[in-house]
Amino acid sequence: MRDSSRAAEGRSQRRGVAALLVLPTTLWYVGFLIAPLIVLTVMSVGERSPNGGYAPALTLEQYGNLSTRLTPLTNTLGLAALNTVICLLVAFPVAYTLAVKVRGSWRLVLVALVVVPFWTSFLIRTYAWMTLLGSNGVPRILDWIGFGEVQLLNTPFAVSLGIVYNYLPLMVLPIYVSLDRLDRSLMEASRDLGAGPIATIRQVVLPLAAPGILSGIVLVFIPIMGEYLIPILLGGGKTYFLGNALADLFLQSRNWPFGSALATVFVVGMIVIVAGYLALTRRLVRAGRETSLL
Amino acid sequence: MTSRSESFDIRAGRRAARLERTGERLTRVYTVLVYGFLFLPILIVVIYSFNAGRHVTELTGFSTQWYESAWSDRFLMRALGNSLRIATITAVLATLMGTASALAMDRLRPRARAYLELLTYMAIIVPGIVIGIATLIFLVVAFDWLNPWLAFLSAGRAPQLGLGAGSIVAAHTLFTMAIVNVLVRTRMRGMDRTLIEASEDLFATPWRTFVYVTLPQLLPAIVAGALLAFTFSFDDFIIAFFTSGQDQTVPIYLFASIRRGVNPQVNAIATVLLTVTILAMVVAGLVYRRGQRRAATATPNAVATAAPSGRRS
Repeated sequence: MRDSSRAAEGRSQRRGVAALLVLPTTLWYVGFLIAPLIVLTVMSVGERSPNGGYAPALTLEQYGNLSTRLTPLTNTLGLAALNTVICLLVAFPVAYTLAVKVRGSWRLVLVALVVVPFWTSFLIRTYAWMTLLGSNGVPRILDWIGFGEVQLLNTPFAVSLGIVYNYLPLMVLPIYVSLDRLDRSLMEASRDLGAGPIATIRQVVLPLAAPGILSGIVLVFIPIMGEYLIPILLGGGKTYFLGNALADLFLQSRNWPFGSALATVFVVGMIVIVAGYLALTRRLVRAGRETSLL
Repeated sequence: MTSRSESFDIRAGRRAARLERTGERLTRVYTVLVYGFLFLPILIVVIYSFNAGRHVTELTGFSTQWYESAWSDRFLMRALGNSLRIATITAVLATLMGTASALAMDRLRPRARAYLELLTYMAIIVPGIVIGIATLIFLVVAFDWLNPWLAFLSAGRAPQLGLGAGSIVAAHTLFTMAIVNVLVRTRMRGMDRTLIEASEDLFATPWRTFVYVTLPQLLPAIVAGALLAFTFSFDDFIIAFFTSGQDQTVPIYLFASIRRGVNPQVNAIATVLLTVTILAMVVAGLVYRRGQRRAATATPNAVATAAPSGRRS
């Protein structure tokens, strides 16, 4: 009897301690995430005051304007999707080689080496490509070989290259992790059953890599849409992505309500994408469990 | 394969093996090329940081002048000081709050926990540029409202609130705290709960159980989280770009000097940062390995230490 009342007392005390421990975090979320997002939403139903900035109003005009200016949005979606696919195509063979072909301690070293560039300043990596792609870098070598004058910097190609360079580890690592669990005997079994290397990849490797590919796609696709620096430094400052559009709206044209509407749509879109991703992985995991039972 | 008698099968098998060997060679060459692609720009930066000439295109001789000019650049040094201070405060706050909330979340009522989880994932999902912009707008609105009150209440003596290092820390801590929380909770899920129960059964107080049993097991995740928080904060450009006010950080300084034109000093700064990061990574790796070994071997002893009888014996 005494024991049980003591246990109940201990539980409620523990709950009190727990509430105290999560209090600072909760306050931080409310103060610096929820409150700013609410202000952003409130501003998105406002009007642009004549000298820029915000004037209070209650109108959906900004969201209506979004539909008249759909091209930046669709451009962003298309470019982000294209660059994510390029990233995937570059990353997959690397992840496959690391997980399946390399053995022993070499493997950890090579995985770490994929991450090392990632731990150097983002700005500096991009700056290095400015030097390399600039008129005195690779184009000069191409000219010397005989390709004539080629412009690389400030082109969509340079933007794609910068993106692949900066996001490659985010694509390689999840695929590597999912392939790492791949049982080598599965591949041998597939070969013994007469499947060629391509059939083995298609029927054994790809289904197993699917969860990793999916998380890689999400990890790369979301930040690309919000990308600001790469298009500014490598793309010649043209508007390629939502990130640039947002920065322009807030810093140059000072159309805060329209920018807020765009940002709100962006956040909602991200949440939809992530929710879809979670639903899809759950289904993949379930499907994987069922096939492994067979 | 050899046991099969049909010559057709042998030929097909040989063809498959040949195809596989070429494929393997191709992927190996390809992987080497990708690694070259990853490290070429970094190599270029390091080489040109020691270049004597002003032009980034010609190697004219060895010199450390760009290191000297970076070292004596007052603006750069102030930006470096700001960055280090912001990243340190962010890492400390994010580690403390992220770990505390991770430890307590399982004890909350299910609904409260679900809300907190949602907020954590939101903090991670919302893109940096939106965080930066939303924080900027919110703080501008809040300061516009607060400053007259502050001035009124303190009879004009209180300093005006404004954007600066503080607002960068607020926004950085939001994101990194969520990362620490997720890392620590992932680790908790893989943790050996029997040791905690053993410690409790031996009448160790919750605090002693935490210090001697739980904390050592969670340490790798906490250290990794702290390092991630520091690196993220130190390297972040986009959030600081919007919320920094007058205070410069290293990424903002670098961005400005890159946009101004070719500046070999940037290479020197980059090389120093690269060296420091690699050293930090090596140290972190060693600490992590030692921590793991200790967690693997010493936990039963930890239970003994945590239990009051263990101390007496």
